Amino acid sequence: MSTATEQHTGHDDHAHEESHGASDKQYVIIALILAALTAIEVSTYYIDFGPLFMPTLFVLMIVKFVIVVSYFMHLKFDNKLFSYLFYTGLILAILVYCGALATFKFFLQKG
Amino acid sequence: MADTAVAHHTTTGLSNNKLGMWLFLGSECLLFGGLISTYMLYRGRTNAGPQPDQIYDIPFTSVSSFVLLMSSLTMVLAVSAANRKDDRNTNLWLTVTAILGATFVGGQVYEFTAFYREGLGFTTSLFGSSFYTLTGFHGVHVTVGIIMLMALVGMVRRNRIPGSKAETVELVGLYWHFVDIIWIVIFTLVYLIPS
Repeated sequence: MSTATEQHTGHDDHAHEESHGASDKQYVIIALILAALTAIEVSTYYIDFGPLFMPTLFVLMIVKFVIVVSYFMHLKFDNKLFSYLFYTGLILAILVYCGALATFKFFLQKG
Repeated sequence: MADTAVAHHTTTGLSNNKLGMWLFLGSECLLFGGLISTYMLYRGRTNAGPQPDQIYDIPFTSVSSFVLLMSSLTMVLAVSAANRKDDRNTNLWLTVTAILGATFVGGQVYEFTAFYREGLGFTTSLFGSSFYTLTGFHGVHVTVGIIMLMALVGMVRRNRIPGSKAETVELVGLYWHFVDIIWIVIFTLVYLIPS
């Protein structure tokens, strides 16, 4: 972005940062953190993490998910109603998986 | 900003468009939740055809994942530029996002072709059916996102966006980031965790 543009839009940029809580530079830093987390994830394919293998992958997945939703999708800075709508769907999806898993176990025991 | 601008026109004080998009994304969680659940339950239940650990190319998929992750950065930079009313950079970042998305879809087409040649068809096994359905649905979502991005580039260039331009870019951005977070889950649960 040109310096002139930054000067012309300085007020809007400030309003944007107030509204969404992050600047372009912060977005780049967040992306670098996400890239580093992905690199750690991929390293589990090459390095034996032993009993920490599954917990490491799950924690990294959840952290990456929350970072993207909170900062890139601005959920952290937006109205809470948006969070309720999204996380309700997410929790229902997890319940669907638990329900399906329980159903499979039930039918396997019966069979 | 868009929320404040429309505060006088809606009962919630929030943008109905944005509210609708979040509601849609919440329902999409259920769609992908069902597909991921099906894959997780089916992938180890048959010995027919190639198994996941025999055909997955983790280095290749890791690069694809990185490309999609970086497209989220370029998308958020497009939203940021749109909030500053900087059309030139908005279009630039939207185009870069679309190119990165197209690279990801290209990689997925290559992967599907390679898997098919190794003997994993859609009906070969429960693993094959659930894998192609899950990743195929995600690929279709990315493709729809690319079409939305390119349409948005054209509309911004011709100044044809009705209402708030920044909000429209943000709505497309929300969809794009959602596609990215779904891939974050798929990459871990489907590719990195062995059956």
